[in-house]
This record gives sequence, structure tokens and C-alpha cells, in this order.
Amino acid sequence: MAHDIPPVLHATGISKFFPGTIALDDVELRLEAGEVHALLGENGAGKSTLIKCLTGAYQRDGGTIRLSGHEVAPQSTAESQKLGIGTVYQEVNLLPNLTVAENLYLGRQPMRWGLVDRRRMNAMARDALAGYGLDIDPAEPLTAYSVAIQQVVAIARAVEMSGKVLILDEPTASLDRDEVQLLFGVIRQLKARGLAVVFITHFLDQVFEISDRATVLRNGRVVGTRLLSEVSQKDVVTLMLGRQLEAQVHERKAASAGAKLIEIDGLGKRGMLEPLSLALREGEVVGLAGLLGSGRTETANLIFGAVQADQGRMLLRGREITVGNPREAVRHRFALCPEDRKTEGIVGDLSVRDNIILARQAAQGWVRPIPRAEVNEIAERYVRALDIRLASLDMPIRLLSGGNQQKALLARWLATNPDFLILDEPTRGIDVGAHAEIIALIEQLRADGMALLVASSELEELVAYSTRVIVLRDRRQVRELTGAEITPDNIVRAIADDDGREVA
Amino acid sequence: MIRSTHLPLLVTLGTFVLAYALCAYDYPSMLSTRVVANLLTDNAFLGIAAVGMTFVILSGGIDLSIGSVIAFTGVFLAVILRDTSIHPLAAFMLVLILTTAFGAAMGALIHYLEMPPFIVTLAGMFLARGAAYVLSTESVPITHEFYDVLQGLYWKDPSGGRFRLIGGIMVLTFLVGILVAHRTRFGQNVYALGGGGQTAKLMGLPLASTTIRIYAISGGLAGLSGIVFSLYTSAGYSLATVGVELDAIAAVVIGGTLLTGGYGFVAGTFFGILIMGLIQTYIVFDGTLSSWWTKIVIGGLLFAFIVLQKGLTWATQARRRTATGSAAAS
Amino acid sequence: MAGPKSSVLRRIMPQLVILGAALLLNVLVFPDFFHVDFRNGRLFGNVIDVLNRGAPVALLCIGMTLVIATRGIDLSVGAVMAIAGATAASVVTDGYGWGTALLAALAAGALCGLWNGVLVALLKIQPIVATLVLMVAGRGIAQLITEGKILTFSNEGLIHLGAGTILGVPTPILIWMALGAAVIWVVRRTALGMLIEAIGINERSSRLAGINSRVLLVCVYLVSGLCAALAGVIVAADIKGADANNAGLWLELDAILAVVIGGNSLLGGRFSILASLIGALIIQSVNSVILLSGMPPEFNLVIKALLILAILVIQSPRITYLMYMLRASGPQPQPDRPPMPKARKEEAR
Repeated sequence: MAHDIPPVLHATGISKFFPGTIALDDVELRLEAGEVHALLGENGAGKSTLIKCLTGAYQRDGGTIRLSGHEVAPQSTAESQKLGIGTVYQEVNLLPNLTVAENLYLGRQPMRWGLVDRRRMNAMARDALAGYGLDIDPAEPLTAYSVAIQQVVAIARAVEMSGKVLILDEPTASLDRDEVQLLFGVIRQLKARGLAVVFITHFLDQVFEISDRATVLRNGRVVGTRLLSEVSQKDVVTLMLGRQLEAQVHERKAASAGAKLIEIDGLGKRGMLEPLSLALREGEVVGLAGLLGSGRTETANLIFGAVQADQGRMLLRGREITVGNPREAVRHRFALCPEDRKTEGIVGDLSVRDNIILARQAAQGWVRPIPRAEVNEIAERYVRALDIRLASLDMPIRLLSGGNQQKALLARWLATNPDFLILDEPTRGIDVGAHAEIIALIEQLRADGMALLVASSELEELVAYSTRVIVLRDRRQVRELTGAEITPDNIVRAIADDDGREVA
Repeated sequence: MIRSTHLPLLVTLGTFVLAYALCAYDYPSMLSTRVVANLLTDNAFLGIAAVGMTFVILSGGIDLSIGSVIAFTGVFLAVILRDTSIHPLAAFMLVLILTTAFGAAMGALIHYLEMPPFIVTLAGMFLARGAAYVLSTESVPITHEFYDVLQGLYWKDPSGGRFRLIGGIMVLTFLVGILVAHRTRFGQNVYALGGGGQTAKLMGLPLASTTIRIYAISGGLAGLSGIVFSLYTSAGYSLATVGVELDAIAAVVIGGTLLTGGYGFVAGTFFGILIMGLIQTYIVFDGTLSSWWTKIVIGGLLFAFIVLQKGLTWATQARRRTATGSAAAS
Repeated sequence: MAGPKSSVLRRIMPQLVILGAALLLNVLVFPDFFHVDFRNGRLFGNVIDVLNRGAPVALLCIGMTLVIATRGIDLSVGAVMAIAGATAASVVTDGYGWGTALLAALAAGALCGLWNGVLVALLKIQPIVATLVLMVAGRGIAQLITEGKILTFSNEGLIHLGAGTILGVPTPILIWMALGAAVIWVVRRTALGMLIEAIGINERSSRLAGINSRVLLVCVYLVSGLCAALAGVIVAADIKGADANNAGLWLELDAILAVVIGGNSLLGGRFSILASLIGALIIQSVNSVILLSGMPPEFNLVIKALLILAILVIQSPRITYLMYMLRASGPQPQPDRPPMPKARKEEAR
């Protein structure tokens, strides 16, 4: 990296505020020509906010962006494209109803006699894609090809239109191994052409395979930029999760587990989760650990019937049950607080009261409304017990803060008196106070004899309340830690697959 | 090469050929050029309006105002030709400008106020129909000699079919429509908009101008359709062409265009129009069948095509469904 | 609720104000507007007319409100009215009693609603597309039943439903008020209303909370079909005949407008049937003003269109958002449903 040439892109002091939070705080990102630069961090660390500031989708509140030494201030994605910053998202950002060639040249089709010259457009597309090692018929609809090929087409469009910086936002999330290699081939080629590529992913193996350097974000700050040839996966995970992994030893209560409640035997779904087996006793908290995309949420959804499993079986108190949809799960006294509160949890415009009562009412059926007085009693009891802060039970739940929304969702499920409670990221995006309260609640519920399955990316938290921890990696169960084995360090090792081989 | 996106178009074509074959089997005289010529003449105004509707539906929108705009155009022409000495050609220009601007205004409301096209064009429907009433509640005959000239223009086939001017205008409209949809940047933008507004925006598509132009075209073609309708009936009547928007939507869907936008062909709409015309012709030929069967058969076809398209969408989705952990199981 | 009465009042206040304005206009152009006579055992007067003429749209908007609350729309209600009217007429002309005719009409309406519901809930076809099928074919089916004629009848019992009176009050008024009250009562006294709202606001969350959204969706279209059937019978009874071509023509649009004027979002969610009913009365009062003012009736549609446009623009997501931003200068919670993406498009993807 020659220092007399200015970096392709140099962002300094980037800040972005949202009401009540600082999304980005004095972030620096430096991209050299011909490098693949990984951008790492857990959800909410600020990666996507940073990308949006760079591409003009958001207006930054502070800092400067220099492109090849010149200061730029893109106001829109279209403008940043023209300046030379192209972006490709996980959800292929092309139009499924158009052909490959039409997608490549939308808005800049070759013209002849005032009309689109389709023949030449197809020929140009074929040539352009051949440059990426793709020999496909560009006159076919985009959907005739796999997601990997669609990704390459999206990259080709971005590179043709921009050509300095290419941002790849989780491009491999839905690709299989061979497809990832196809994509990596293309990335290497672009690197050789001198483009700066920003690579965002949750798959650390892939990061180490393709990237030269990595910048790690946490809570809106850069916690470090590393040359990847000089660090191990464990170092990176430690940076991302940012814990003092020498962890304090937790005083573990003796597992006062009761009778075996639920047995999950080989539950899985092709392309989503490898068969997973697990048994839970009453009064037990099983933690699910793993990086994002490792299969935590998928496990929760499969058990709850939100997604239909295509293999495996479940036993409840020794008797086989089928859980085809959430309604059946609720009938078996299961409950699930989903990770994505906004789209899968709250019913935003309904009052807090209605949200709390919703699952219990749905289980009772509409003809038997819960009497007004009882509704109020239930709602007020949980508001008090969980310390939900609100102006009134009548306010729409969307106006509550994240932590209070989460508590209201917990109240919704506790009101159904579940035997088995699944919590997916119960403490994500909520403030410290609520955080501690929810952890205390989990302890309390366990002591009361409930069985809990808690997926979380907060390792210390998992260590604090779990009686066992299952570690997932690449949508597969890789380890189960029990008793004294449960330490943040061990979990990180399992996540980073540090047991056997050291990845350089 | 047969592509899955062409399948609905092929089904439409097949339906048309099959329907025509059945008709000809029952009534061999339906093969005559006279029937063909009448098919074109009788459906000219509907066809022209349906071209505009095709663009609107391709973009993922809907335009409920066209029936009213056609009626308004007819009344406007009749009144202006009765009360002033303006030449019909000038009146045509005037009314085309008016209806195009009307469509553009609806497009602007839809885009800038982010209101559903359904509701905006519904208000437009009331407005245009109301404007027609205000001009005249009676049927106003048009008795301009220029109209006689235009109506007298036809090419007589040796075997007796009269191919009239208005049928020609419809065919020309379709040809231009096909060219615009498939061979211009604007046409590509229409498809792109129908494929996904947010994605199209990220790809740098000019959403505002595309939306406004789409509804302007629909309005303008409804105006042209109104001119043709006034040539067809020699009158302007504010109660005319009630429900034509429904016929146009039906023709577009039967023509293989997806009502949710993004997929379809202007040429398909042409055959959709012909199929609907054919049903009517058959009922006339039969003499014993009642006219309401038209609606029922068209409704049935509509249902069949909607289900066919739903099936196709499912099939393509199943093929490319990727493994994500979302709870989108339905 | 802290005060259920006061919160209902607050909800319908805008509609009441608009209705008040419309009625005031009526009085201005026709001072005797509120004058009610009792002659020949029947109430007469312009207010009574508004209530009576508004019956079909009022009935339709009861079902339509529920459908729209689930993020749907029912375009077929006008055609269903024609089918129901035709069914009732053909049953009485076959010599059966008015009770049988009414039941047959309701059954026909229920069947139509069921058809729509199955297309929407089970086949997952967009509501606007699914109900279009019946909108197009429905009038043909109605004509099939009446065999293309305007089927007239003289069954006193049936005619009573549309043109008769009970204790001096025209029957249609009693019917729509009773049905409205009944549906409001059922929806608010059971958990139905809340569950319907939950589906309309966030179907995914609702399903994950264990709500059987499919069955509820079918039910909602079923109710809409029943309401349309009742409206169809009243319209047929009023003119003592079933006109398959014109019965309920474009009333689906009036019903949708009544719901929208009632402040219910086309994007689903919180609903108020009471507000929709007031919306129906607003539409009828506006018609009445135009009639009473002696203004040529041809202005009716233009005025109505402009009024609707004004109401819609005020309620449009963009304007609401701008208003919100203007008001929210202080530290207020962030709006969660800011610039609305085009709803149709999202559904389609």
C-alpha cells in the first residue's frame, strides 16, 4: 500500500445520530485500491448505518468522505453511484421480472434510431458477463438463474456504473459453498482490477478467506482495524463481542431441574437448519450461542412451528406431538418472543393492553372474550411485575421504548402460562436497566420451574443464566457446554471453531 | 425460445385460437372477413383504452377513471362541435391535451402524496363523469361533415368486410404501444416500476416522471378512445361507457398481464380484446344465448387467468425460495 | 379504557363535525330540513330521507369496514347486491314467502362472501384482484337469475323490507341501524374486533401470537357478503323489482368512500364502524344538499369528487406525516409508520 497515492476512499470522523441514540461515533474507514476490506460487527454495531452514510442513503451528521483525495457529499444512492461507489445487497437488488441484460443496462440501454437496440444490448451483456467468467444467455429472465449468478449480475451492474468502490452487503448469506467460490472468483478479479471492495458478512471463514483487512465496529465505534494475516479468528470474535473474556466466574446455582419436559429429536429443515437434537427439563435454561446467521433464530422458529420443519420429531412429556403452526405450539403451552420485535412481535397500532392480552385471547378464541376487569388485572399485574414504563395502558405499543416493548411481549406470553418459553435475543437493543431486569426474570422463571430456551449473542448473559449452552455454527449444532464448561471463553472457542484447527 | 414469462401470452393466444375454432365450427360464417372487420370496429375504443390500462397495470397500478374519461371526451366533443365552429381536428387536439393533463395530475397525486392508485383514480372517475354531466346530461348528436368524412373512410375487402378507420387506429395504437413498451427506455422503466418500486429507485430509476407519464398515457389514450367512440356512435352521452374500465382490466388480465405488475405484453391485451369480442359475437350469432353470458364467461376467464398466474408465481417462488430463517411461513 | 365513551367520541369527532357541516348546509339551502311530519302512519321529512336513502351504503360499509380493517377491499359488493336482489325476487315470484326469499338472498350473499374469502385467505390472491372476479361476473349471474328481465314482484312482506314502516319509521332505517348496532356490539363485546385489527396491522405478529388469521379473513368477507345481500334485498324491495343491471351499481365505491371518510385507513388496522356509518350519512347529506339547493343534479358527482379528493389528500400518508413533523417539534416518540411505501407494491412483492 503505497502512501503517496491517496486511498480510494477515506472516511473520517463519520457520526450519525438518531433520536436518543448515537448510531455512529467518529468512525474512520480507509480503503486502498485493490484491497478487500471486511466490515465486521454484531447487529446494531453500526455497519449498515455506516454503509448508508457512505452511499448517501443517510445524511451523515459529521465527518468527511474523500474519494481519491477529493471530498464528496453524496445526497442519494444514485449520486454516489455516479461518483463511483456501487453497492450490492444480500437481497439481490435487481428486478426479477426483467431479463439479465435489461437489468444490467436499465436506464442506459444502447439506442438505435431512438429505440432500444436489444440485440446490441444482449451482445454487450454477454461480453460484460463473460468478463466475470459467466457464460449465460442474457436474454433470459433474471430469475432463470441462481442467486449467485444474480449476485454477479448485480456486481457487474454496480462495477460498470461506478467502478471505484464496491460495497458487498452480506452477498453470501443465501449461497452454498460452490456459489460462494464463484463469487469469490469475481471478487478476486475486481481486486486485481484495482477496485476497493468492502465485504460485509457474518461468516468469519469467508472473511479470512477473501479479505485483506478488517475493520471491526461495536456500538457505533471502530474498535480496531486489523491486517487479517496477522490475527486469528478468536481475536476477531473477541474484538466483535468486546468482552473481557477472562470472565468472572459465575456462582452457578445447582441445576434444580425437574422432570423431562420436551425432547427434540433431529428437528431440521433443508437449507435452513441441520438436524438438531436437544432435551429440556423443567426448571432449566438452555442457551443458544452462535454468531448471527448460525441458526439461532431458525432453531427457535422451527420449534415453535413458525416455520415448518421437514424432518425430525418432538416429544412433550414423552408423548410425540406435531407443531405445524404457532397456534398448535401455543396449545402445547409453548411461547416464543421473537428476535425481530417490530415485524414479528408487536402489533404496533394496538394498545399495550391489547398486545399483552393478545396471545391469551387468541388461545381462548374470540367468542370467549376475557372480561374487561380480568384484562385490566392481567395487564396491570404484568406492568407492575415487569416494571413496564408507560403513560397509559391505552397507548399504542409502538410508542414504547424497545425495552418496554420487549417486556410487554414477555408479558403477552407469560399471560398464557407457558411451560416452555423460547426467547430469541431477549435483550437486543434495550437499555441497561431493562437488560438486568429481563435477566433477573429469566432466573425467576427458571426457579419457578419453567423450561426456557434462550438464544442470545450476549455471551456473558448466556453464561449468567444458562444451565447448558448449545453452540451453533453454520446452521449446525457444534457443541454442548454444561456446568463449569460454560464460560465466555469456551463459547468463543466453539464459535470460532478453535478447538481443532487454527485458521490463519 | 419459450420462456416461462411468455407462457400467459401463449395461453392467451391458444385460448383465442381455440375459441375462434369453436366459433367457426358452430358457425362457419364467423370465418368471414366481415366478422373480423366488425370485431375490430366494435372493439376499437375498448382496445385503445386497454393499451393505456396495460401500461398502468404493468407498472403495478390501476386506472379506474378511463370509462368516465371516454364519456367526458364524447360529451366534450359533441358540445364543442355543437356550440362553436371549431374544426373537429382542433377539438381532438384540445381534448387530448385535457385528458392527458388529467391523467398526469392523477399520476402526480399518486406519486407525490403516496396515495393508492385505486383511490386516486376512483376520485378521478367521479370527477370526469361529473364533468361530463355538467356539460350535458342528454345525449348530444354530432353532425359535423368532417365526422361523415372520417366515418366514410374504410377499406372494403373483396369478400365484403369493411375495415374502418377506427379499427385501424386501434391496431396502430397497439403497434405503437408494443414498440413503446418493449423498445424504449420509458417502456423498460414501466416494467421496472412494476417489478419493484423500491428496487427500481435504488437502481436509479426516475420514479416521479415515470409514474406521471404512465397515467398521462392512460388518460391520453382514454381521450383517443373517446374520440373513436364518438366516431363510432356519432354522439356524446355522459352515461355512456359505464364500466369500460372493468372491461379494459379484464382484457389486460385475459391478455396475460399480471395484475400485480411487472409481467405482461401489450400484444396480449390485443388478443384479450379479441377474445372478449369473440364471446360477444358468438352470442349474437347464436341468438338463443343471453347477453349476460358474456359477463359470466369473462368473469370465469378472469378467474382462470388469475389462478394461472398465481400458480406460475408460486412455481417460480418455490424454485428460488432461499433458505432464510424468517417466520414467513404461510 | 379510562373512559371508553370519551375515547369513542374523540374518534368520531372529525366525522361528526363534517356531518354537522353537511347538515348545516342542508338547513341553509332548505330551512325546513329538520322538519319531520307524521302522516298516514309514516314519518316524512328530509332528515328521514337522508337516513332512508343512505341505508344501502350504510349496510355495505359495515362489512366493508371490517374487510378494510384486515388490509383488504371488497369490490364485489355492488354485484352481490344485484345477485341477492335477483335471488329474493325470483324466490317470491316462484310463490314462496318473504322469509324464504330473505333467507335465500342472505345465503347467496354468504356464498359470494365465502368465495371471496377463500380466494383471499387460502389462495392468497390480492383482495383487489380476488374480488374483481365477482365484480365482473356477478351482474351476469344476477341476470342469469332474473333471466335478463327486471323481475317485479308484489309480495307485501318483501316490499315491506324496503318501502314499509315499523311504528312510522321506514324499515330500511331500522334495518341498518339494528345491524350496525349488532355488529358493533358483537365486534366490541367479543375479542373479534381486536383480533381483526391485529391481523390488519401486523399479520405476521398476529399469526405468531396464535391467531387463526385465515378463518378470520374468510369470516370478514362472509360478513361483507351478508351485508351486501341485505342491502340488495332492500334496494329490490324499494323498487318492487330486481334490476340486475343497475341495482347497487357503483355502490361499492360509495361504501369504500364512506369507510375512508370515516377515518379508517385503507392500510388496515384500527377501525370504527360507527365512524363509517357517519361517513355514509355524510355522503348522503352531501347528495341531499345538492338536491335541495336546486343546483342541477349534474353537479352532484363533481362536487362529491372534489370533496372526496380534499378528504383523501388531508388523510394521505405524506400529508399526515408532514403534519406530524410540523407538530412534533418537541421530543416525541418517532413515528413508526412514516412515509408509507405504496401499499399495493409491498403486497405484491
